[in-house]
Amino acid sequence: MKYVDEYRDPVLARRLLDELRRTVTQPWAIMEVCGGQTHTLLRNGIDELVQPLVRLVHGPGCPVCVTPLELIDKALAIAAQPGVIFTSFGDMLRVPGSSDDLLRVRARGGDVRIVYSPLDAVRIAAENPGRNVVFFAVGFETTAPATALAVVDAKRRGLTNFSLLVSHVLVPPAIEAILSAPASQIQGFLAAGHVCTVVGFEEYFALTDRYKVPIVVTGFEPVDLLEGILMTVRQLEQGRHEVENQYARSVKRAGNSTARALLDQVYEVCDRPWRGIGVLARSGLRLNAEYHAFDAETRFAVEGIHTVEPPECRSGEVLQGLIRPEQCPEFATRCTPERPLGAPMVSSEGACAAYYRYGRRARPVASEPIPS
Amino acid sequence: MNAEPTLGACPLPLPSSASDQLLLAHGEGARATRRLIRELMAHAFANPFLDPLGDAAVLPDLHGQAVLSTDSYVVSPLFFPGGDIGKLAVHGTINDLAVSGADPLYLSLAIIAEEGLPLETLRKVIESIRDAALSCAIPIVTGDTKVVPRGTADGLFLNTTGLGRLRDDAHLSANRIEPGDAILVSGTIGDHGLAILSAREQLEMGDTIRSDTTPLHIMVAHLLQSGVDVKFLRDATRGGVSAVCHELAEASGRTLLLRESALPISEPVRGACELLGLDPLYVANEGKLIAIVAAPDAERARDLLHAHPAGRQAAIIGEVTTNQGATVLVRGPLGYDRILDEPTGAPLPRIC
Repeated sequence: MKYVDEYRDPVLARRLLDELRRTVTQPWAIMEVCGGQTHTLLRNGIDELVQPLVRLVHGPGCPVCVTPLELIDKALAIAAQPGVIFTSFGDMLRVPGSSDDLLRVRARGGDVRIVYSPLDAVRIAAENPGRNVVFFAVGFETTAPATALAVVDAKRRGLTNFSLLVSHVLVPPAIEAILSAPASQIQGFLAAGHVCTVVGFEEYFALTDRYKVPIVVTGFEPVDLLEGILMTVRQLEQGRHEVENQYARSVKRAGNSTARALLDQVYEVCDRPWRGIGVLARSGLRLNAEYHAFDAETRFAVEGIHTVEPPECRSGEVLQGLIRPEQCPEFATRCTPERPLGAPMVSSEGACAAYYRYGRRARPVASEPIPS
Repeated sequence: MNAEPTLGACPLPLPSSASDQLLLAHGEGARATRRLIRELMAHAFANPFLDPLGDAAVLPDLHGQAVLSTDSYVVSPLFFPGGDIGKLAVHGTINDLAVSGADPLYLSLAIIAEEGLPLETLRKVIESIRDAALSCAIPIVTGDTKVVPRGTADGLFLNTTGLGRLRDDAHLSANRIEPGDAILVSGTIGDHGLAILSAREQLEMGDTIRSDTTPLHIMVAHLLQSGVDVKFLRDATRGGVSAVCHELAEASGRTLLLRESALPISEPVRGACELLGLDPLYVANEGKLIAIVAAPDAERARDLLHAHPAGRQAAIIGEVTTNQGATVLVRGPLGYDRILDEPTGAPLPRIC
């Protein structure tokens, strides 16, 4: 498959690994920001192949994982109301709220539907004028343009029965929060290529200057990640701290201007709580005054719901790279994909789920060397 | 079909308009509906075992060990690219018998239809069942139909039970599996699941992804006849290749190693899985089997499968390895073996 197979090429991967070995003189700690990258790394064993030269630390880039418990409880409260059709990306359905999840709400008769595009939710609203259709707008800068497009479309069509429960978050403030934490040991970042495809990478120059760390915009295939790691390590070895773009086939410095214009049209930046991390200033998006009427939180009067996060789930520390999933005492014991304590064990992009799926394998006896 | 004791001998006018719907069992309309179903079935499936329309079919001596399998079909939507619920119901049960080492001989058919189902829909499904059974040369020898109140069934549910005779040349058992055995799949994986998802979610993937529903009994018979040492067969339906491999690992206590690069996956299915964040190993098939074959016979088994329309893209996808416990490993492109996890519930499409 074009644009996939060439980035999974074992020969190229071997060359990059060899080059990495020639380049490194001391171990480095690098964080991959995005959960999609975490999954590729673990699925292909790249985190082990680069040991002990590079320690990869998994970042907060899993939208499902950082959605605050309180917002999930609000989603559950809305979804349980009669007359509501609650629509969501599939990932969110199994994420536990305080005492429930959306799948259980559906089992009890709630109309909860998986959609692949927020525009499908608008279509459902148009087809069901007597019902209130809510879309759970979670995700980073990657999904926000699509939810913006949906609400613009709903407004244009005069649909008063459509609303968004918004939980969009922004990557750069999260990177800054990690860098400014005193305990942080991260020496370089692989920035999330898809987020940068939308918003570009101009915001990162201030971060590389202020915190003296290299940031390399990186793609999602094995060869992308190995190349991104190599570019970061080269900077570290040479004492540079610059923004570089490994994922140039998708990312332009200024991003996608159409998508950015849509974000500006619909959303405004706000402070937002991150699950397990706390409130980060100017780290989220909310509907602006022009689109406020489409805000499900006000429409369904769930603003009064306040939830305290349970102490036993240490996902906040995992998301900030302070502990690895298997260092959590509940990992794979009380917390499994069947009975998750926190969101990172649920999402296909969650670090805990990635470790659970790929990290617990038996040591292969006859693993083949990568062909040279 | 079972006789309907409430049916009078007096013929009733049959509803015939395309807009007619199934009615629950009350009133004159319902009598007409029942009558219609009976007529439809008797006409569609006519054969000497069914024709007396008794409460049960009386079948000839099997001259061998009887093998019985039953399965219910609740697929939504009822029609999808490459097939429909009727075809599935015939092929699915025939395949369950085939991979158990039996020659399928007879089928039963039970229909649970929701009140309000368009008669035209029912007619199309029955025609599809008739055509599928005819092309497999397996008669439907008994059956039953129930209409249930609107809202208590999703349009139409089917159940088929298949009766077959165990083949003398079938020696299939998970206990016979040992390190070195080859793992084969009879063709591309993931087609059925993606076709259903595409139809259900209106993903507009065009006509490039079609269900692979197909009967496997002739191909299995040839494989077993050939003298190839086939140790285990299973059709990779719900849960896909992953579910079969896990079941087998558990039953045999062996480690199964699959090679990602050897898996036959069509380009459209690969593309759709990449887009949707699904792993084709977990996606359902309706016309693919997994075969465990003694190592020296692996290539001959593959070539035999290639000779059948249903096996043109058969491939050796892995092997039973030195024992690392009852588990399934997948060797990725970089040579790294990861555990193939058992799926938790239905696979949920990811956000981005």
